[in-house]
Amino acid sequence: MERNLHRQLANMKKSLFDQGYLDEQFIQLEELQDAANPNFVEEVVTMYYRDSARLIQNIDHALEKNPLDFAKLDNYMHQFKGSSCSIGAKKLKNECTQFKEYCETGNGEGCKRTFQQVKKEYAALKKKLEHYFQFARQVGPVEKACRPK
Amino acid sequence: MVVEEIRGKSGGENGNYDNFPVGMRVLAVDDDPTCLRLLETLLRKCQYHVTVKSQAREALQILRENKDRFDLVISDVHMPDMDGFKLLELVGLEMDLPVIMLSANSDPKLVMKGVTHGACDYLVKPIRIEELRNIWQHVIRRKKFDSGKQNKCTDQINNCQASGQGQMSLMTGNVDQNGKFNRKRKDDDDESEDNGDENEDPATQKKPRVVWSIELHRKFVAAVNQLGIEKAVPKRILDMMNVEGLTRENVASHLQKYRLYLKRISSVATQQANMAAALGIKDSPFVRMSSLDRLGDFRNLAGSGRFANTALSPYSANGMLGRLNSPGGVNLHNLTSSALIQPNHAQNLSNSMSNAGKFHPVITPGSQNGSLFQGSLEMDQLQKNKCTTEITNFNSMDDSRMFTAASAFTNTGEAIGSSSNYLNGDPNNLMMLHGNSQQALSGGFGNQSSLNMASFNAESLNGGVGQSSNFLDHGKFNETWQTIQLPKVQSNTLFSAEHLQDQLPLNTVRDNNSSNSPHLQNNPLDISSTTMASRPLEDSRGEIQFQEGLVGQNSDTIFGSFDFNIPANGNLPPSSKSLDQSTGIFNRKMEMVVNSRLPGGASTLMQRNEIEQSNTDSRRSNENFLLEQAKLQGGFVSQSYGSLDDLVNAVVKREQDGNISDGNFGFDDYSFGPGI
Repeated sequence: MERNLHRQLANMKKSLFDQGYLDEQFIQLEELQDAANPNFVEEVVTMYYRDSARLIQNIDHALEKNPLDFAKLDNYMHQFKGSSCSIGAKKLKNECTQFKEYCETGNGEGCKRTFQQVKKEYAALKKKLEHYFQFARQVGPVEKACRPK
Repeated sequence: MVVEEIRGKSGGENGNYDNFPVGMRVLAVDDDPTCLRLLETLLRKCQYHVTVKSQAREALQILRENKDRFDLVISDVHMPDMDGFKLLELVGLEMDLPVIMLSANSDPKLVMKGVTHGACDYLVKPIRIEELRNIWQHVIRRKKFDSGKQNKCTDQINNCQASGQGQMSLMTGNVDQNGKFNRKRKDDDDESEDNGDENEDPATQKKPRVVWSIELHRKFVAAVNQLGIEKAVPKRILDMMNVEGLTRENVASHLQKYRLYLKRISSVATQQANMAAALGIKDSPFVRMSSLDRLGDFRNLAGSGRFANTALSPYSANGMLGRLNSPGGVNLHNLTSSALIQPNHAQNLSNSMSNAGKFHPVITPGSQNGSLFQGSLEMDQLQKNKCTTEITNFNSMDDSRMFTAASAFTNTGEAIGSSSNYLNGDPNNLMMLHGNSQQALSGGFGNQSSLNMASFNAESLNGGVGQSSNFLDHGKFNETWQTIQLPKVQSNTLFSAEHLQDQLPLNTVRDNNSSNSPHLQNNPLDISSTTMASRPLEDSRGEIQFQEGLVGQNSDTIFGSFDFNIPANGNLPPSSKSLDQSTGIFNRKMEMVVNSRLPGGASTLMQRNEIEQSNTDSRRSNENFLLEQAKLQGGFVSQSYGSLDDLVNAVVKREQDGNISDGNFGFDDYSFGPGI
C-alpha cells in the first residue's frame, strides 16, 4: 500500500515534469530537503506564492495604466521571473521571458496577453503543487528526489 | 569539500580555519525572500557559515559593524533599497571583501557592469549548488594577492581542494576598463612597490587587518601630498606617517586604492552624467576607486553629520578644498590635512553617532563636510547620479571622510547622486565632490560615526533631496539640488548614506519629505531628516535623530556655505560667497557652481532632483550629490586638481545655462532600477 502511495507520488511528480510545469531546479530544491530542513520544498514554494502574489498584483495594476510604463513592468517581471525560476517553475518562467520581450519592444498588447497566460500558469501550477504536497504529506517523508527520465 | 566541523571563527577574525572552505562566512543579500531562502540553504549545504539579509542597508550595517566578520558577500543585483552594484562598490571600498553578484538576468552588459564595479563573480539565477561550491576561491585569491593580508592564504590553499579553477569568470583582475577594475591585483602595475618583500612569510602569519581610520587616512593623505602623488612611494609614505604597526604592504595597498580612487574621480569628473536625466543615469562606469577602501573612515565623517550650517563655510576655509590640489587632482590629502574638521567635532559627531543618532547638530565645518561628503558618497554610490560634487559644504567633514566619501562616491562611479544633479556631472563637480570627500575624510570621526555617517550621509543626502522637494517646486534639479541640500544634509549625513540609497530616489525623497514634512520644512536639514525618516532607516535611526537635531540648524548657513550653484534652478543666489570665505577657492568655485540659495535654492535643487529621479536613481543621485557636495566642499579649495577648475567652470557655465540638470558629475548613475 505504502509503496503504491509512494509510487503514485512519484508519478505525480513525473507528470509535473513531463508536462513542463517544473524543471531541474525543483529537483535541486528537493535535494536540499533533509533532516535539517524536512519541509524545505513546501516551505519555499509557499513563500514563493505568498510573495509573488504581491508582484502579480503590481503588474496587474501597472498594466492598467495608460500609457504603459514598460520599464516598470519589466522591473516587476524581472523580480517575478527570478522567484519563479528559483522554484523551478518552467512554464511560468517561459511566459515571463516572453513578457519581458514584449516589454522591451514596447508591445503593450503582447504584454497584456502574455500576462494573462502568466496568471493562468501561475494558478495552475499552484494547484498542482498544492495537490502534490498534500499528497506527499500523506505519503510520509518524501523520497529522495530522482531525476525524471 | 571536507566535511568537518567548522572551526569556530565567529566574527572576529578572518576566518582562518583549517577546514576552509568549510565554515567560510558568507553574507547573502537578496530582497526576494524565496531566492534568499534558497540561497541560504544552498550555502549551508556547502557547509558555509551563512548570514542572510534581505536589505542591502542592513547588510552594509552589519558589515560595517565588524569588517572581519565575513569572508565573502553574495548579493543580488536587483534590489529595491539599493542597487546591487552600489553595494558592491561600497563593500569593496570599505571592507575590501570579495563580492559575488547574483541575478536572474544574464545580460552581458550587466555582467560587465559587475566586473567593472569589482565583482569577483557573477552568477545567474537559478543558482546551482555546484556553482557555489567554488566560490571560496575568491576569498583565497583575494587574500593571496592582498598585500596587506598575507595570512592564511597558503594554509588555506593547501587545505582547499584544488578545484579552484572554477569560474574565474569575472575574476580576471585584468579586466581593467579604464582602470576601473580595481580589485587589488598584486601582480599588476601599481603594486610594483609592493612586490618586493611583501610576501614575506606571510602565509603562516596572520596579520590583523588594517583599518584605515580617518586619522590614519589623513596621515596617509598628508604624507602623499607632501611627497607628491607622483612620487609617493609606500616606503616613504610609511616613514612619513610614522605609525606603529603599519607595514609597507598596508600602505602600498592603500596607496593603490587611493590612486585608483583619484583616477576615478578624475574620470568621473570628466563625464557628466546626465544628472538631469532623472537621476536615473546609469552606467558610465565609474572607475571604482578602490583606493578608498576605508570608507569606513569617511563614514565616520558622515556620521558626524555635524553640518553646522556655519560649518559649511568654515569648512571651506579649512582648505579641505585646498587639499584638492594634489597632482592627482584629488586633494584629498589636503583635505585631510586641513581637516578643518575639528577633531572634537568629529568626536562629537562620533559621539552623537554612537548615541544612536543623537547627532549633535554641531556642524563643524570640517566634520560636516566629511559627513556630508560621506553621505554624498554614499548617496553617490548608491545613486549613480553624477551629482555635482558640489558638496562644498562639506567643510566640516574630515578629509578622510570626505575622501572616503568621495572615494566611495567615485568608486561607485556614480555621481554623487545629489550632487550630480547639481552640477551636471561636471568634472568640476567631481572635483568638488572630491574635495568634499576629502574633507569628509579628514573628519577622522570615530568609527561608529562612520557607520552612521555613511548611512547618514546617504540619508542626509537624500534628505537633502527630499528637502529639495519641499523647497523646490520644480523637481528638475533633483539631482543637483540634492547637493545643495547638503547643507541640510549635513545633518543628514549622519544618516546612512545607505538609507539614502535605499530609497531615496528623488521621488522617494519627496515622499520622505512628506512624511517628515513638517520637520523638513523647517530646515534644510529637515529635508534630510525627512528623507531619512521616511526611509526605513534602520541604520539611520539614530541619524534621523541627528538630522532632526541638525535640522534646527540654520539652513541658511548651511546652504549658504554650500553655495551650490544650482544651475538647475537657474537662480542660484550667489550665496557661495560664504563658501568663499571659508573655503577659499572652493568657495569661489562653489559659488559659481552652486548658487544655491539654499533654503530655497537647495530645495529647488532638491526638488528638482526629486523630480528628476523617478526612483532609486534619484536616490542615488542624491547621494551622489551629497557626496559631491561634500567633496566639493573639501576639495575645492585649492584644487590643484584640474577638474575642479573645470568643475567650477562647468558650474559657472551651468549657471549660465541655468540648467543644472545634469548635476551629476559624470557619475554613473546606477540605476537600481529594473532589470538589474
